[in-house]
Formats: sequence, C-alpha cells, structure tokens
Amino acid sequence: MTIRQLSVFAENKPGTLVRITKTLGDAGVDIRAMSLADTQDFGILRLITSDPVKAGKVLADIGCVTSVTEVLAVEIPNRPGAMTELVTLLGEHEINIEYLYAFITVSGQNAYVVLRVKNPAQAETVLCGAGLCLIGEEDINKL
Amino acid sequence: MKAPKTHAIYNPEYECMSRDAMTALQTERLRQVVRHEYDHVPIYRARMDAKGVRPEDIRTLDDLRHLPFTEKTDLRDQFPFGLFAVPKKDIVRIQGSSGTTGKPIVAGYTQHDVDVWAEMAARALTAAGCTAEDIVQVSYGYGLFTGGLGLHQGASLIGAMTVPMSSGNTQRQIMMLKELGATMLCCTPSYAIYIGETAREMGLDPHTDLKLKAGCFGAEPWTEEMRMRLEQLLDFDACDIYGLTEIAGPGVSFECLEKNGMHVNEDHVIPEIIDPVTEEPLPYGSSGELVFTTITKQGMPMLRYRTHDICRLDASPCACGRTTVRMGRITGRTDDMLIIRGVNVFPSQIESVLVSVKGAAPHYLLVVDREHSTDSLEVQVEIDESGFSDTVADLEHIRNEIKDKIKSVVGISAKITLVNPHTIPRSEGKAKRVIDKRKLV
Repeated sequence: MTIRQLSVFAENKPGTLVRITKTLGDAGVDIRAMSLADTQDFGILRLITSDPVKAGKVLADIGCVTSVTEVLAVEIPNRPGAMTELVTLLGEHEINIEYLYAFITVSGQNAYVVLRVKNPAQAETVLCGAGLCLIGEEDINKL
Repeated sequence: MKAPKTHAIYNPEYECMSRDAMTALQTERLRQVVRHEYDHVPIYRARMDAKGVRPEDIRTLDDLRHLPFTEKTDLRDQFPFGLFAVPKKDIVRIQGSSGTTGKPIVAGYTQHDVDVWAEMAARALTAAGCTAEDIVQVSYGYGLFTGGLGLHQGASLIGAMTVPMSSGNTQRQIMMLKELGATMLCCTPSYAIYIGETAREMGLDPHTDLKLKAGCFGAEPWTEEMRMRLEQLLDFDACDIYGLTEIAGPGVSFECLEKNGMHVNEDHVIPEIIDPVTEEPLPYGSSGELVFTTITKQGMPMLRYRTHDICRLDASPCACGRTTVRMGRITGRTDDMLIIRGVNVFPSQIESVLVSVKGAAPHYLLVVDREHSTDSLEVQVEIDESGFSDTVADLEHIRNEIKDKIKSVVGISAKITLVNPHTIPRSEGKAKRVIDKRKLV
C-alpha cells in the first residue's frame, strides 16, 4: 500500500513557499506532511496532502513543475528507539532509503514515517512481515 | 614603468607607405586574389557568378562593392576544408574558434600565411615598444585559439625572449613576471586587470617589483576607463590589439603608443565599413560594420568577410609616422555574439545545448557580468516536467549535463540556474536572451 507524494520544484528565492502553500490553502487542500530538500540554488518541496490530484492541478495552474511519486507511510510507536528499529529492519534487508521524513499526530500515540525506496513492494513485504502497519491515503485523511 | 614614448616601426616600407602607393599595392593584390579565389574556391565562384561578377570586373578598390560577402556561417557550412584555396598538403596550421552553433570553425594557414600573421603581431608588439631586448610574457591561451600562438610568433620574430605562460594560475603568472623581469605582457585586458589586482593584493608594487613597460591586450572589447585602470595597476602602457581567426589572428590591427586607434595592416587586408542593413559601403569616419578582404592570404582567403563588429575607420595621419588606416574601438555588434573571457559566445550555441538535454526547456536567459575584472556567465534555464522528479540528484544531473555540454561546445564554464517554466521574461512572444551587465561603452 503506497500513498501519492507530490513534489514541487522550488526556486531558492524569498516568497516561493508562500506562493505554493497559499495556493493549496486557497484550494482547500490540507497539507498532512511535508519536507523540503534544498541545495544552494533550488529546492524540492515534497508534500503529502489531503488531495494529491487537486494539489497537482492547482499548482500546475500557477506554473509550478510537479511530479507524483509513490511512497510508503509506516506507522511506528511514538517512543525512544522506535526509529532505530525501523531503519535496522530495512538495513538488514538491504533496502536503501532514498529519503524519509516523519510526522506525529495530535494524539501522539504513533509516529508516521514517509519512506522513499526504490522498490516499494519489496519494502512493504518486509515491513508487514515485521508486524508494522502501512497506512493508505484514506487513512491519512482520518489521522 | 612606462618607457619614454618612441615610435619604432617594424616594417616602415609598408607601414609608412604613401596612400597612393598603398592603393596601387592593394589594387594589384586584390585583382590577383580575386582571380585565384574564383578559380579555386567553388563557393566564391558560385556567388560571383550569381551576382554576375567576373574576376576581370574587379579593376579598382571601388569595385570591391561588387563582390559577395562572406559570413561566419559560411565557415560552418564549409567546415572543415570547403573554403581552402590550396591543396591540403600546403596547409601547415589549423586554428579555430567557436562557431555560431555547436560546431566550431577552423581556418587553415600555409607557411606563408603563418609568416604574414607573425609579422602582423611583430608590428603590433613593435608599436607597443617591443625590441629583441625585451622579455614578453604571453598569457593568452595557447591552442586553437589564436591569442597565445599569435603573440608568441610575433615576439619570436622580433627576437624577444618569449615566455609562453598561457592563461590561468594567476599567482604563478605574477611570480614569473617578477622573477624573470618581464618587460611586456600580452593577454586579454580583463585578465591583465585581474593580474594587476592580484599582484597588488600579494603586496607587490609594480613600480619597484616589476619591470613591465607595456603590453598588447585584445580578444575582447574594452574601454578607455579599463585602460586607465590597467595602466595605473601595472604602471605601464596598455595598447589595444585586434584580430580574428577568420582573417589571421591578433595583429590584424593594433595601437601604437599614441593610443588613438588601431593601425590596420593594409598591405595584407582591406578594411571597409558598411551599413549593416543596406550592405552599402560607407565613407571613412562613418560608424558601421567592419568588413575585411584578405589580399595576401593563401590557405583560406576571405572575400569581404563580415566581422559584425561596429567601429569607424580613420585615414588621417598618425603622429607615429604610420600611414595605415586606423580603426576606432569596437563599440558594439550587429549580431548577438558575446565575448566572454575572450571567447566568442552566441546565444544559438547555448540553445543547441539545451535542446539536447532532457528536462531543460529551450527557454533561457544569459546573464553576463564582470566581477573582480573577470567575466561571469550565468545561464538561467527553464525546466520542464519531463526531467523533474522528487529527487535532488535528478535535478543536479540536468544541471551538470547542461554545464558540461556548454563547457564542451562553447569552451567556458557557466553557472547554471534552473528556474520555473514561463518565468524567463518574454517580449512579443520572443524571449529576451541576454542581459549584459558589463559596462563597456
């Protein structure tokens, strides 16, 4: 089970993020998680939203370059050491993490780790085999 | 330290010829060369036939106007050997420069052509005060680019001690200037200023630590303000020198120590000024496009080659004693060619690179600036969806591919900035390609 992440090209200059987030807000799209990868000259904003299709469309309308990537969202307990267990598991199975970012919800019971790997199906087998729970797009909107 | 102003002349017989004698010489050489080109270069023959001009119609210098023009695109289209007027076995040298697209242009020289070019450079160096007693540091690039070898050959012909430093490694350049006690320097004017500034930063006082008295600086346009700055930085005389690979190389024209225009080596080339729109010749004194016809060149003679450089010609006598026509500073271009760090750059070359890179749109803006006397080029490129993914590595890959290809095609390093689609300003549907922030005119 994967979820759709929207990536947005962001020029490195003041006001770029305002334009993107305001456009999403005005369209009623909720940002559930985000991460910004930056270099000296540009950035890539990665977004998990309540409506990836609508988000992609409204951003394209204002001239943004976007792409959609299938990523995994894993639920792990919100306690010390949980992250280590997750990455140890992936490491033992030779699964390389291209990038990840995490968020917790209001209740704070669990944490959610968004993972980008080359082969999501293989990673899913490993994670589920270890008893971890993957969440889908519908679950994201209920958190 | 500046030397007392003297006017040594390398070849007074030709450089100080009366105007009448020069006209007679040029006329005779022109008639011969047109006949030879008509007989040996198919494209010249075809073009003259198309205009209904026969070699025997060219009787006086005024008849030049009947001859067809040659363009840089001809060198590209006839690449590599199509414009050669002698068998390949007689060519002893190839030099080259960038063309208007990805393909370079090359010029072929016979031994005679190399000798003529060397003398042109020797005349230029002599006009700047060079003698066999001098130590000449050549800090132009060596290679296909004519700068390094051109001045090297000229200095060697004079019998000066020639130091072939080529460009780059500025600290080492300065160390050699100081240790060898070089008296003359040849490079691009912006690089000379950089050498001067770096020498000052290293704590050197050019007046006491260096022995420079003069230099020849060209391959890019510069201003009187840059001359004043350069002369003050290195405490010497800075003379302008002009040339282009298509005609010979540096030395086609040069300043004497009067510094009031560049003497054209008229016994080898005939300069004209034309109206770039009507293509009609203009009288001396008018500003227009400079056109050269070579009259002694064997390997790749040029008929009315359009330089696209804008300047004026002046035939009034010069205090140095030379009688040759002088050309004023280049004040602009009639095409979109840029000269960046002495390298000719056409926006069309950048475009040819961009269309070959997946993920980059052929919408771009060239931003040229001069920081610390060194030209910089930034290429802003619009990205498109095809190359965009969620990873930085993919974008870096696009950027590096563009950078590497520009370096390979144009020969200079550029900073590549990726920007959003439709953010490069367009006016009337056509993108504005160049912002040149350098103050040159």
